[in-house]
Amino acid sequence: MFQPQSKPAEMIHDVSLIVLAICAGIFVVVTTMLVYVVVKFRRRKDDDGQEPPQIYGSRNIELAWTVIPILITFVLAFVTTRTIGEIQDAEMPENALNIRVVGHQWWWEVHYTDANGENSYLTTANEIHVPVSSRDPEKRRPTHLLLQSADVIHSFWVPQLAGKTDVVPNRTNKMWLEPYTTGTFFGNCAEYCGTQHANMLLRVIVQTPEEFDAWLAQQKAPIPAPQTAQEIEGHRLFYANSCVNCHKLDGTLAEGEFGPDLTKMMTRQTLGAGVAPMDEASLKIWIKDPQILKVGCLMPNMQLLDTEVDAIVAYLLTLK
Amino acid sequence: MSAHGTTNTAANDEPYEFPPLERPGEEKGSLTALIQNLIFTVDHKKLGLMYIGSGLFFFVVAGIMASLIRLQLFFPGSQLLNPDVYNRLFTMHGTAMVFLVGMPILFGFANYLIPIMIGTRDMAFPRLNAFGFWVFLFSGAFLFFSYLGAPGLYAAGSAPDVGWFAYAPLTAKAFSRGHSTDYWTLSILFNGIGSIATSVNILVTIFCLRCKGMTLGKMPLFVWMFVVVAFLVVIAVPPLTACQIMLTLDRYLGAVFFDTQAGGSAVLWQHFFWIFGHPEVYILMIPGFAIASEIIPVFSRKPIFGYPVMVAATVSIAFISLGVWAHHMFTVGMTSLGNTFFALSTMVIAVPTGIKIFNWIGTMYGGKLRLELPMLFCIAFLFQFLIAGLTGVMLAVTPFDWQLSDSYFVVAHFHYVLIGALLFTFFAGFYYWYPKAFGRMMNVKLGHWHFWLFTIGFHITFFPQHIAGFLGMPRRIFTYEADRGWEIWNQISTLGVIFQVAGVLFFVYNLIYSYYRGDVAGDDPWDAWTLEWATTSPPPEYNFEKIPEVRSRRPLWDAKHPEDPDWKFE
Repeated sequence: MFQPQSKPAEMIHDVSLIVLAICAGIFVVVTTMLVYVVVKFRRRKDDDGQEPPQIYGSRNIELAWTVIPILITFVLAFVTTRTIGEIQDAEMPENALNIRVVGHQWWWEVHYTDANGENSYLTTANEIHVPVSSRDPEKRRPTHLLLQSADVIHSFWVPQLAGKTDVVPNRTNKMWLEPYTTGTFFGNCAEYCGTQHANMLLRVIVQTPEEFDAWLAQQKAPIPAPQTAQEIEGHRLFYANSCVNCHKLDGTLAEGEFGPDLTKMMTRQTLGAGVAPMDEASLKIWIKDPQILKVGCLMPNMQLLDTEVDAIVAYLLTLK
Repeated sequence: MSAHGTTNTAANDEPYEFPPLERPGEEKGSLTALIQNLIFTVDHKKLGLMYIGSGLFFFVVAGIMASLIRLQLFFPGSQLLNPDVYNRLFTMHGTAMVFLVGMPILFGFANYLIPIMIGTRDMAFPRLNAFGFWVFLFSGAFLFFSYLGAPGLYAAGSAPDVGWFAYAPLTAKAFSRGHSTDYWTLSILFNGIGSIATSVNILVTIFCLRCKGMTLGKMPLFVWMFVVVAFLVVIAVPPLTACQIMLTLDRYLGAVFFDTQAGGSAVLWQHFFWIFGHPEVYILMIPGFAIASEIIPVFSRKPIFGYPVMVAATVSIAFISLGVWAHHMFTVGMTSLGNTFFALSTMVIAVPTGIKIFNWIGTMYGGKLRLELPMLFCIAFLFQFLIAGLTGVMLAVTPFDWQLSDSYFVVAHFHYVLIGALLFTFFAGFYYWYPKAFGRMMNVKLGHWHFWLFTIGFHITFFPQHIAGFLGMPRRIFTYEADRGWEIWNQISTLGVIFQVAGVLFFVYNLIYSYYRGDVAGDDPWDAWTLEWATTSPPPEYNFEKIPEVRSRRPLWDAKHPEDPDWKFE
């Protein structure tokens, strides 16, 4: 969180430095007092055994160490109040990118939508592509996130881009990002949500506007038809088994919504919300039995033969 | 009796010889006597020691769980524990440390010391006292019994795995099948009943049974602070009990308080839990202040600096603590106004807390500090509590909290509070009052080993967790990726556990060793001033032969220094 790359994270960073400085100051002063008192007033070897003067208190001194902390509290309160408003009540410009994120046990569903979080024109999972914004107020393009949950409470946290916001069922929370540099930023689910809470990772990929538009166009392009015999067999198996009940392939009859959208799955970097790289070897393990890589995940072992696994993986590899 | 007989001259005045009292089943050393002593006793001192003993037992159990957690996090991607086992461990560790270690030990101190400090013979309701203890013990046994459910000990069936604050709707039937959550819910329910019973007892005892001359303003600070603690328990625990009942209704009778699938509210649970949970922090911490407020003056050889202000600060902390609960919820999406209110109320708590720290330092200033074990633990407490307080202020700054909430920074913060501050004062209290309870001093050499190993280990374990939190490590994850920069901090943290475990071993050994081999303490080994040092060590069942009478806050100072008594100055 001390290497912020996005506006809200920078604002938090600035306020944090003020708070840290004040706290460090208090720490140094009080620790010095404590050490001084312990060293100065420890009982010496040549002590005469007399009791020291008995002092019961002092109104002035006590008043002083009541008033000074109150003043410090005032400073902190002003800084805090200002930043809360600036971040939480920020107005989003018209051109902001709108994304609706739905937390699931244990993955993220990502919709690119209109400003109300409706009319999703693109669905993906776990990896969020956003355009880089600009410090020039004319050219800025922040990303506005609406957060919802399909089951329990999760929390959306990418420390370098913004503070966390909980993802609460029956509730729509808002937050925003405004990254100033391109790159991949890592995040996690930050609210304990059950067995695989640890493997509910997030990636935000910040791209230049041109790269982002290219990515968007690529994602919206129809998926190619299977070519080789094995791919065709995999395609058949994908529809013949219950895969389609939970997963969606855009523009086909596969319209399940319980699991991640697989339309362009091979363009993502990881599998299972970050448990393994998205490649042939991992896919084979995953399709054979998802419980090996991610114990407790809600995708069951489909009891497929190895040849069926190979065929399905061959087909999935074409989804890009 | 017969010795007095010689003074009687008239034959019909011959004193009546009582036949030896027959108390069958209470022969010394017999099994039935042991049962009488442990199970049927209503003596506040025995119950106090039993509270502390059971608390220490659960402390060791929960400590072993913590060590396993740290072991799992030593390597990224570690396969040592499976995720469900890990999730159960941190749930049980947290629940046990709060409800089965912190609460009973503080009630143990209260039980043992309050009646003696206010110069009376027992608690107001001795049987209620015993009831409170046994309900607590049952709740602990019940919670751990969940481990024995279903498929055996490892990867066991039914230990709760919802985290110690059990956020809805993870606890709903749909997400928590089986009975693990029910064990948790009912155990907390029982535990709450015991806590409320004991707290009512503490309040009545303090308000009704003080010895002659002990006005409210002349009570030891320890007693004052427990008035506040008991009030907080009576106010804060009922919401917790209520929401456990609501959750059970949700799970079994189709209520929809928290069941979001049916339109309930997940945030409602958080409000209920934290309106208990935040006062609970002070319920746990004020007894730490109470212990420090007894020990620091005695080992500085001065009265507490600013007694009335200390009382006022404690009372105001308690009041404010009832209005800060939603600072645990800055990330749930409250309005900016709500966030601001709870940020400000939380910061205000820093003021009375700061006053206390300054007053303790003020007590030491100008004194002659005897750096014996209880005092060493208190000085470490002051230092660590300062850090805990400052990280608390950081968390109160809402935007900062948006980053740090639910990260390892929070884990570090509350371990600085509960270990660095509370447990250290508990240790100070053990070294200070052990001679009173058992008549023997605790071994100083072993004590120093304990102190240094534990203090160093504590900082090695918990300080790096602040940094892991800054680097974005969320809490409650059973594993993490290697390339996030968290590895080294986790490894240092785990190494610190070795020191802490060694320290605790020295402590436990010292407890046993000193019981048999410690130097005989005498009534007043520390040259202290409150009434518990006016009776024998250990005190007789009736505490005092004659109920004492006091004129100041330090009755034994008055007795030792008749030329310069306190009551002239208070």
